[in-house]
Amino acid sequence: MSKILIVAEHDGAKLNASTAKSVTCAAKIAGATIDIAVLAADAAAIAAEAAALAGVSKVIVVENPANKEPLAAILAPQIAKLAAGYTHVFGPSTTFGKDIMPRVAALLGVSQVSDIMAVEGSHTFKRPIYAGNAILTVEAPAGAVVVATVRVASFEAAGAGGSAAVENVDPGVALPSHTRFVSRSGASTGRPDLQSAAKVVSGGRALGSAENFKLIYSLADKLGAAVGASRAAVDAGYVPNDLQVGQTGKIIAPQVYFAIGISGAIQHMTGIKDARTIVAINKDGEAPIFESADVGLVGDLFTIVPELEKALG
Amino acid sequence: MRRIMVGVKRVVDYNVRVRVKPDNTGVITEGVKMSINPFDEIALEQALRIKEQGLADEVLAVSIGPSDTQQQLRTALAMGADRAILVQTEVAMAPLSIARIFQKIAEAEQPFLTLLGKQAIDEDNGQTAQMLAALLDRPQATSCSKVDIADGKATVTREVDSGLETLEVDLPAVLSVDLRLNEPRYVKLPDIMKAKKKPLDIKTIADYGVTEAATFKTVKVDPPPSRQKGIMVKDVAELVGVLKQKGLV
Repeated sequence: MSKILIVAEHDGAKLNASTAKSVTCAAKIAGATIDIAVLAADAAAIAAEAAALAGVSKVIVVENPANKEPLAAILAPQIAKLAAGYTHVFGPSTTFGKDIMPRVAALLGVSQVSDIMAVEGSHTFKRPIYAGNAILTVEAPAGAVVVATVRVASFEAAGAGGSAAVENVDPGVALPSHTRFVSRSGASTGRPDLQSAAKVVSGGRALGSAENFKLIYSLADKLGAAVGASRAAVDAGYVPNDLQVGQTGKIIAPQVYFAIGISGAIQHMTGIKDARTIVAINKDGEAPIFESADVGLVGDLFTIVPELEKALG
Repeated sequence: MRRIMVGVKRVVDYNVRVRVKPDNTGVITEGVKMSINPFDEIALEQALRIKEQGLADEVLAVSIGPSDTQQQLRTALAMGADRAILVQTEVAMAPLSIARIFQKIAEAEQPFLTLLGKQAIDEDNGQTAQMLAALLDRPQATSCSKVDIADGKATVTREVDSGLETLEVDLPAVLSVDLRLNEPRYVKLPDIMKAKKKPLDIKTIADYGVTEAATFKTVKVDPPPSRQKGIMVKDVAELVGVLKQKGLV
């Protein structure tokens, strides 16, 4: 009988959608009991959201001013303590979970299963390796706790309708003072969130400048889409790092993905493998992006993109 | 001695198109170009820059892998590392075992800073730095795109999903580095000659009291599902038509 603890990701006020997706992944394990751990400075609203997720039995709340920012060195020892009695501890494979979960795994004396994309059994999972160019089916030892991160693009978010019990817990561990939060600069753009948007418009190196990237923003706003970018566009300074899609950026699964002026390097394609429809616009008809695109149009983006925006009314 | 330890993994080169073996036991690595994991190269470059700023005395490159890994360590020495340790093993090691070996080396060498790549591009695990920090009970900062060392502390900027996050950590600390931290230098021919004379110690995993190999069982390795070949449209009007038909706009 599997007993799964999911580490909630949140921004201090609201639950991140990655948590509901991790619940769906956990629910693929037959007969599993699913609890969620919320570590926060002010947890009430977050815990209420977690308790409302379908399939969740219990929400464990650790409220502590030290938990205000998601610092791995602070959170990991608390999570490791909470893990007692659980067969599995899951977190999302976002920058939050990637930072914290391996530290939890080491404290529990196990290696981690990174990036679960499919559940084959209670201890058997599929995960991408080599930037998604191979899919590994891996079996974790039955006798040890399974610590894993969940590739959120592979799972739908669990629905609402749950009414889990909420329980306050003090894990009673001494917390280190060697790691201190200084600041966070994040773009709140008013646009849909790249990680969860149904539509994404992405631009690449061919845009040529930050100024020209306005074409991408303008089309995205017309479509109600999030904006993404290739690594080349981020490296060139056209857009900030949080827009990067790919192996080392965000892995996303929108209904439709517009790749504009993006050649389609393997590392970029890894980020959009689960996109329902890929539309590619590129002046080079030989660009690798056209091998994976559902709809391709060869031509100059500087004439096509404004034309497309106009045609959409 | 103010020492920086850098992890160096031998991986299939970034530009190789990886193929799954016909018997589904792994990917083809025979006759394929091998290189230093690109993230580790960035970690090494950062260590060298810190030393060049006069903030460190020695850069130690450490790798765990088969005997051919000497090639990658010689490259690291040619880039500017002062010495290298190869913990030689022909078996694949789980991330926790790797972290335990690094822990033992850190305890012996006492680096004030350990720099690792945020992930290796072969198995994409992204675990070693965080595990090492946990085992040493030291601060960690992952996915660093800026590192400043001063007054026994590191101020680091991390690339996170919501943008950039800045942390201050006491040293010693373990940092994992992201792509935009720096651009690694090219190795020059005279440096390759000089690197041949630099010390490269060869150890075994038993020297560090680590015996276990992989604890996870590889059931199989499959190629990814391929996407169906799509259609090409000739102009914007046709594109909009297709998108409307699919209900996407």
